[in-house]
Amino acid sequence: MDEPLLRELTPAVIGILVRRGADFATAEDAVQEALVDAVRTWSDDPPRDPKGWLVTVAWRRFLDLTRSETSRARREIAVDAEPGPGPVDGRDDTLRLYFLCAHPSLTPASAVALTLRAVGGLTTRQIAEAYLVPEPTMAQRISRAKRTVSGVRFDEPGDLATVLRVLYLVFNEGYTGDVDVAAEAIRLTRQLATMTDEPEVAGLLALMLLHHARRDARRRADGSLVALAAQDRSRWDTTLIAEGVEVLQTALAQDRLGDFQAQAAIAALHADARSTEETDWPQIVSWYDELVGLNGSPVVRLNRAVAVAEADGPQAGFAALAGLDPALPRYPAVTAYLHEKAGDLPAAAAGYAEAARAATNTAERDHLTRQAARLNQSLRS
Amino acid sequence: MAKYLLLKHYRGGPTPVHDVPMEKWAPEEVDAHMRFMNDFAKRLEDSGELVESQALAEEGTFVRYDGEGRPPVTDGPFAETKDLIAGFMIIDVESYDRALELASDLSAAPGAGGQPLQEWLEIRPVMWTFGETVAD
Repeated sequence: MDEPLLRELTPAVIGILVRRGADFATAEDAVQEALVDAVRTWSDDPPRDPKGWLVTVAWRRFLDLTRSETSRARREIAVDAEPGPGPVDGRDDTLRLYFLCAHPSLTPASAVALTLRAVGGLTTRQIAEAYLVPEPTMAQRISRAKRTVSGVRFDEPGDLATVLRVLYLVFNEGYTGDVDVAAEAIRLTRQLATMTDEPEVAGLLALMLLHHARRDARRRADGSLVALAAQDRSRWDTTLIAEGVEVLQTALAQDRLGDFQAQAAIAALHADARSTEETDWPQIVSWYDELVGLNGSPVVRLNRAVAVAEADGPQAGFAALAGLDPALPRYPAVTAYLHEKAGDLPAAAAGYAEAARAATNTAERDHLTRQAARLNQSLRS
Repeated sequence: MAKYLLLKHYRGGPTPVHDVPMEKWAPEEVDAHMRFMNDFAKRLEDSGELVESQALAEEGTFVRYDGEGRPPVTDGPFAETKDLIAGFMIIDVESYDRALELASDLSAAPGAGGQPLQEWLEIRPVMWTFGETVAD
């Protein structure tokens, strides 16, 4: 049973059904049922043409689903017609599905769920597990999302920026249980990158690859965080780093810089260094300057202050915080770090403790609590 | 998305706006209240925002470890404690404002005379246990 292949075929098969006149919501349900059939039967009897098999079975499922809702007469018309010709280009259908699932009328969480199901071919149960909500709740979220986009034309032009935001959310926020959602986000972004030359798509892919390359070093076995400076760099995945750098270089060569490319460039400079001391901090600061120009978000400026402190010392870091609201998430953590670098350990310990109290993530809270405890211990001795 | 815990207290919150104990309501007022609570949970499931909803019995006891091989020490039932949690709901919503809106809706559950109870609900963000944020 080739589950990756099934998941890869999912969007193209939905696209074919929609082109034959099926409505998106029912087509998507029909393809999910066909996937279940495939999982059940392929291991004993694998088809020679997996995609053709899925289309045939999904279309049959679609007919069953539609006939069981006889009151919906408009669908019957579509069903009684002979199936139209297949798609001219399956890639276009898959791209359209990305746009539909990230449609601006959807909330980010709905777009994430719909993308994972219709483009990613995950089951509702797998998606519910990734977001730690009960399956019925996730099922409702998905069916509401389908209703929301039911009036959207399949060939309506879409916005790549919203698709990228959704994929970025998938990469960052899922809980990895049965399915590795970060790896799934990479797969979906990789697939998207084969369908468009837009440099920000490649930028996001590079960013994901470079982050993912450090994943094993970023967490201990118990799930606790390891700060960048303390990571065992021999555990970084050099294959992923090499791919990320190559993808990024191709994107940058187009000379149309965007947020994701700039963030990936920063990640690439980290990935390229053997230690924090050997990191090219001035270059990182100049990429942060680019990022501030593209998107002057306070979070970017906060991270820039850390890089400035590495390049030019803690006082320069403090100066770079000027104008930022101390109520920003992570502001106390950044100032605590700058105090530590400046040698003011009591202020740093107090700052880490304050930051731990304000944290919204358990791993982050525990990390900050340990930092405070470490400094307080050294102050006692 | 962010998860929030909505806590309903028997005691321990700010002074209640309406303070008629439930046993003094008319039976149909009690029914109406229960129906509202069930419908509210159903509505949240339908909107894809419900994680969990549970009521807690009034009786509770404190327990602690008392050394290897020794039975746990208990203290209670804690009839005297100030704070008593009646139940909780965990929601998974788009924003803090949405959490406030839902808590406010829940607080409008009908009470004596069919009027909104205006019960105080405590709202607490649930911490994430995953996601990449700090460290680098």
